[in-house]
Amino acid sequence: MLQEKAEQIPSPILNVQGLSCERNDRLLFQHLDFELRPHQVLLVEGRNGSGKTSLLKILCGIRLADDGEVSWCGESIQRLGGEYTHQLAYVGHTDGIKLELSVAENLNMARAMGRPANVSIDTVLEQLKLSAHHDDMCRMLSAGQRRRVALGRLLITQAPLWILDEPFTSLDTQGVAFCEALIEQHITSGGMVVMTSHHAVNLDNQYVQRINLST
Amino acid sequence: MNELSLTRALYALLKRDLLLAVRRRSELANPILFFVLITTLFPLGIGADAKLLQSIAPGIIWVAALLAALLSLDHLFRSDFEDGTLEQLLLSAHPVSLLVITKVLAHWLITGLPLLIVSPLLALLLGLPADMVGVLMLSLLLGTPVLSLIGAIGVALTVGLRRSGVILSLLVLPLYVPVLIFASNAVDTAMSGMPVTGQLAMLAALLVLSLTLAPLATAAALRMSLS
Repeated sequence: MLQEKAEQIPSPILNVQGLSCERNDRLLFQHLDFELRPHQVLLVEGRNGSGKTSLLKILCGIRLADDGEVSWCGESIQRLGGEYTHQLAYVGHTDGIKLELSVAENLNMARAMGRPANVSIDTVLEQLKLSAHHDDMCRMLSAGQRRRVALGRLLITQAPLWILDEPFTSLDTQGVAFCEALIEQHITSGGMVVMTSHHAVNLDNQYVQRINLST
Repeated sequence: MNELSLTRALYALLKRDLLLAVRRRSELANPILFFVLITTLFPLGIGADAKLLQSIAPGIIWVAALLAALLSLDHLFRSDFEDGTLEQLLLSAHPVSLLVITKVLAHWLITGLPLLIVSPLLALLLGLPADMVGVLMLSLLLGTPVLSLIGAIGVALTVGLRRSGVILSLLVLPLYVPVLIFASNAVDTAMSGMPVTGQLAMLAALLVLSLTLAPLATAAALRMSLS
């Protein structure tokens, strides 16, 4: 009895029911259902233009679904508003960093906007292999390095749900390996990840759910 | 340290926007340069008729301030929209309307405050009596924040469009008209020696109204533009 009670503490769960989305009068996907629990990765697959980015934006709450509902712990994310958005970290197509700010300034800004994690900027920069660029303007960095700064947002804030749109874009092989390790670590410590990728993702299959929007 | 903090977020955002303006410079210099240029061109065009210049000075200064504000509006959300930081702002845990107020405050400090500071100089240049400068500055102090707040709604609505210039002015200029009327009328009335509390009270009311409603409308418009 007691054990059952302990289990009832709601663990975060992302639930999607009957989701449809159209763009320019074209149906991208319809009747999409899935569920994501801690320790799980959802890999969204599909060819170009099949609505992967739209799906991720709907999951973030930036875009409204044409039909269906996304809920977090049983509550609709539209109703939760800020209570939901501070649970998630989003890395989209655009890096979401300011080119006229230095690397450290960008990370500081990201930290101030979310729930700060217990790490210093220097530690994060070391992990990102950007220690030498602490005070460099992001304009001076290469595309891959800018991507790393964007991924730094995941480390500098604590959010159980990560939504990643093509996180490996412009990263070198070490960068991809680093990003995969990051995801794996997040998953094993109880996090959840929704991501799209055109590259094969090297993750333990026991964690991975796949969903294909082209079929 | 590990909790969400609204004040820290707003402070960081304000600091970021001011820092960006200083680093980009043109954002800081363009509106003020434009304001000064327009106002100094009028005496050249109209001629050295001191009486005429004096009587139209409030109108000139206010129209110039209005156009300078319009010119600078696009900076408010455009670059944030393009580099994806606007998405990140909407996804932060904090109320978007408060973030909007902070951004508008930064925008006013960058574009509105410099106009306020140079306005006495331009007023004297146009031959406005020295004791009218106070009323002019007061009307600018109350009026220019309204321009930024109303403008924010227009920019938020049009930021997703590629060529938004004309639509933005069509949307925003009609809403600027009340501010223009009451503000330039305040200075006119003061010159004829009558009390101006009525006009200034109207401007203050417009400020309070736009301060309470515009951020909500802007936040909703931003959500629409991004989806």
